[in-house]
Amino acid sequence: MRLRTLFVALTAALLSAATLASPARAQIEVDVNRGDIQPLPVAVPAFTGERGAEIAQVITSNLERSGLFRPIDPAAFIERDLDIRYQPRFADWKTINAQGLVNGEVTVDATGRLTVNFRLWDVFSEQQLLGMQFTSTSENWRRVAHKISDAVYERLTGEKGYFDTRVVFVAESGGRVDRIKRLAIMDQDGANPSYLTDGSYIVMTPRFSSTSQEITYMALRPDGSSIYLFNLETGRRESLGNFSGMVFAPRFSHDGGKVAFSVERGGNTDVHVMDLRSRSTSRLTSDPSIDTSPSFSPDGGRITFNSDRGGSPQIYVMNADGSGAMRISRGSGRYMTPVWSPTGEYIAFTKQAGGQFHIGIMRPDGSGERLLTTSYLDEGPTWAPNGRVLMFSRETSGGPSRLWTVDVTGRVVRPAPYPQSGSDPAWSPLLN
Amino acid sequence: MTTSSMTKRAAKFAVIALAAASVTACASRPKPEAVGPTPPPPPPATSQPGTTPPPVSQGALPGTQQDFVINVGDRVYFDFDAYSVRGDAAQILEAQAAWLNRYPSVMIRIEGNADERGTREYNLALGARRANAVRDFLVGRGVSSSRINTVSYGKERPIDPGTSEDAYQRNRNAHTAITSGAN
Repeated sequence: MRLRTLFVALTAALLSAATLASPARAQIEVDVNRGDIQPLPVAVPAFTGERGAEIAQVITSNLERSGLFRPIDPAAFIERDLDIRYQPRFADWKTINAQGLVNGEVTVDATGRLTVNFRLWDVFSEQQLLGMQFTSTSENWRRVAHKISDAVYERLTGEKGYFDTRVVFVAESGGRVDRIKRLAIMDQDGANPSYLTDGSYIVMTPRFSSTSQEITYMALRPDGSSIYLFNLETGRRESLGNFSGMVFAPRFSHDGGKVAFSVERGGNTDVHVMDLRSRSTSRLTSDPSIDTSPSFSPDGGRITFNSDRGGSPQIYVMNADGSGAMRISRGSGRYMTPVWSPTGEYIAFTKQAGGQFHIGIMRPDGSGERLLTTSYLDEGPTWAPNGRVLMFSRETSGGPSRLWTVDVTGRVVRPAPYPQSGSDPAWSPLLN
Repeated sequence: MTTSSMTKRAAKFAVIALAAASVTACASRPKPEAVGPTPPPPPPATSQPGTTPPPVSQGALPGTQQDFVINVGDRVYFDFDAYSVRGDAAQILEAQAAWLNRYPSVMIRIEGNADERGTREYNLALGARRANAVRDFLVGRGVSSSRINTVSYGKERPIDPGTSEDAYQRNRNAHTAITSGAN
């Protein structure tokens, strides 16, 4: 009953805000394609109610990390008694040059149900851009904060957000010659990290399925390797079979029905694909070279992969049945780990040239190559589900491996919010 | 009583006689060694022709893992992004093959390794090439393929934590590990 009343009140407020606002379109917007933009100043005061300050903090951190927004220090705020039911005092927010304002209210009912109402305002046009309500269990408040972040990001950039996501990766510990590698998972902002394997064997290259409920990864033991499916909901692990040589580099197709991977026999590595329903496997490449690191196009029709058939590792694209392989990388240097973007627009890669490593992107026909990062060792990009941000592993010379992010313009390069040593990140799709 | 004084006198005489003998001995022969336990026999000479003997006094028992590691060599090295067997590696692999042919019950695992200057997956494939190059060499010298397993550790198991070219070189290797059958 109370929920309904609130919702009605919110709807009414939304209507009145729309009436009050000028008919002109919102004036603030963020162009994610421009590499030279100034981050948009935004204010996210603590939401009222239980967990309100923490929720505002999570939203603030998400927006700030994207590099597209510049949250204003709350100490500068003039209006302190914001109420979700009333318009903010725009003059107070204009004074501190906040262009976007996010305010909200949290209520928790007797059953522990959490309801968060929030609004996004365009301060200078004095217009409400969003008015929404999310409900969940109270312990799920961080996810609510991520969903609000996604809504704000989408409204201001015109692109889907990527904050309500998780990252599976390899947590590293120990020295360089006796590294312990455990499969781990965390929220994209580094919260809720947990281990999925115990470190008694090496794990590598995890990947999410499109459902976000399942991952595939490779395990390396002294006598050989295996590839697995791991269900995050049930904790059930399943081997994808016994192979006579090394088996590695598993990835799902976007519909989740297949896994492409590499099998080595007698020193020759080829790309194979397994239909997960029938468990039948077919070999897609038969060149006597190294063919590995496959990645499906979003429509499932093509596979990009890494091959040294031309004498050095380069990036190729073939049809999903293995036919029509063509080299797409054109520059000088060694190109590895191609990863098709979720939108299909780009292929991200690792490039080794001039003693340095780079993360870069190119179009699937090989045009428009752009290097986004440079370091002693950058490796293994993974796309955020909106195709705007990449996470990758970075090692300084002799130092530990860390997770980093870069946006597709290359402007925003920064450590991922995971303070320990890690490698091989894989970004989940948006959670449901 | 009588017996006692007799013994004393005899002992005194014996001491004098012995001293005289000792003086004569000094002049004519080397002083005899004190009587003690028989010393152990010297270690057998190693049968390595033309090479510097190992600097430890104990030799590895022939046919043991230690013998293989010290006297044959269990690791060979490769050039950057290459898997062809170099001349220095061929010498060691010839010795590995001879040793393996001498001890036919020994089973081995060849572990291919790569330096860190490459991606994880490419280096797994590269390590597998190196392991198989060594395997092919040994099989070509008469070692049965049924005694050999290969594996690649890619860049996951460096033996040198450094980041110099020397360290990279050490980490580009194939290691022959004895898995069973050695004494």
